[in-house]
Amino acid sequence: MLWRLTTTELRKMVDTRAGLALLGVTELLALGIVAVQLLAGKPATWTFQAFFFGALTPLGVLLPVLGVLSVSSEWSQRTALTTFALVPRRERVLAAKVLAASALAALAVGAGALDATLGNLVAAARPHANGSWHVTEATFGAALLVMVLYVLLGVGFGTLLQSSPVAIVVYFVLPTAWTVAGRLVSWLHDWASWLDLSTTAEPLTRGAWPAGDGWERLAASVALWVGLPLALGLVRVLRSEVK
Amino acid sequence: MIDVEHLGKRYGRHQAVDDVSFTCPPGTITGFLGPNGAGKSTTLRMICALTRPSAGSSTVAGVPYRRLPNPARQVGVLLDAQAQHSGRTGRETLVLAARMTGLDRRRVDHLLELVGLTGAAVDRRVGGYSLGMRQRLGIAQALLGDPRILVLDEPVNGLDPEGILWMRRLLRDFADAGGTVLLSSHLLHEVEAVADRLVVISAGRIVARGAVDELLATAGVRVRAEDQAALRRVLAAAGIAHRPSPDGEALVAESGAQAVGRAAAAAGVVLLELRPAAGVEELFMALTAAGDSAKEAA
Repeated sequence: MLWRLTTTELRKMVDTRAGLALLGVTELLALGIVAVQLLAGKPATWTFQAFFFGALTPLGVLLPVLGVLSVSSEWSQRTALTTFALVPRRERVLAAKVLAASALAALAVGAGALDATLGNLVAAARPHANGSWHVTEATFGAALLVMVLYVLLGVGFGTLLQSSPVAIVVYFVLPTAWTVAGRLVSWLHDWASWLDLSTTAEPLTRGAWPAGDGWERLAASVALWVGLPLALGLVRVLRSEVK
Repeated sequence: MIDVEHLGKRYGRHQAVDDVSFTCPPGTITGFLGPNGAGKSTTLRMICALTRPSAGSSTVAGVPYRRLPNPARQVGVLLDAQAQHSGRTGRETLVLAARMTGLDRRRVDHLLELVGLTGAAVDRRVGGYSLGMRQRLGIAQALLGDPRILVLDEPVNGLDPEGILWMRRLLRDFADAGGTVLLSSHLLHEVEAVADRLVVISAGRIVARGAVDELLATAGVRVRAEDQAALRRVLAAAGIAHRPSPDGEALVAESGAQAVGRAAAAAGVVLLELRPAAGVEELFMALTAAGDSAKEAA
């Protein structure tokens, strides 16, 4: 049952022109970043890991939008009426969306690895290239974790706000505004080191596990930005009237 | 079988649906009538577990909708043909529904054909569909799981005359095969043509329910004779109350057609007209006007 719903939700992310276009543009941007690294970067910095995290940057920014849309479009396109008539246990639908979004994140990590492989192969043919293929378990583990977290952040916003335009704007503006505020306003600074996801997840985006109390800080910011919207959104979806 | 018991829905201080009870037995088509805003759609959504009732309960095939293990197999639902993703094709819309409910994909093609969505239309995006095509797609989706029960909100909206006849036959065949149909419509002639039973609500409350024939009989029969004066005497002698019809050309007798016909035949009065005094339309107007005045009086 949940497997069927999850594969259906994955399909729903790519069976419209909008979804497919968003995926295509994101992948083109990922390849574009690798190309920029090859054209503008120093040959000594050309490693698989550098290309990998370069390619993941646009994926990490844009794929959460698919996460947002997977829930919010049910309301904006009013398909919730059909979805919840077919599956009245709404929490199952939401669980399937969370699983599908996580699977999408894993696929994105795979795509990033392919892009990076391509980049490093091109680099290897050039003089003075570093060309290292060195990876650690943290390379893929951290990449997968941060990608899943960001896509689920999108799902959470979509679930809570139930409107595609509003949720997408809030997804792009709110975390960034919070980051900027944390840097500019001194008394927010201590809070930000615990509750700003872009700060606490920063080691992951370099392929490193958080050090010291980094895990606690990460957990706190994930609870605020991923856990809370998902939990409040779940309550809202379970209680709301579907029209 | 659909069973609705004392359903109520309150939005703040507004009682949208108030103590609504009715039953839709297998083998029948129940027409659900009421003016705009009377609570029809809210009631249908409560039956399908899309809106939480403030009071009462309902069951479909004997259990609350929410507890149906795979609702599409028991009940086909079409509440709003416009509520389709505009970016998906008609076929994709059905494929998704088939996947969600674990149905064979081959049923998708079969149903597209059944509802008359064929050729290039099938693979066009729903955003480019007319309302009539969306209704056909919605019906196909409702029938996908081969259910025994249908819940349809305004299913003939946007259909052309040929489509309306098609829908009538489809629903009749469905009910004649033992299926249960509950449909709302504001097209009264449409309901009169297809429904066996009526549930009429006004301002959230039921104002009439029962078999169409019985409800129409309560409005009396219209009778016209060659000699109207003789007819009046005959009816008075037989103890049948009567009054002039609104158009003044006939009488409305508060009795069955049989009693009036017998009395006239016994007296040798030649009848030119003998039929139910009201159609569904007149009945509806009389009932819902009464509901409005009741609301004002309250």
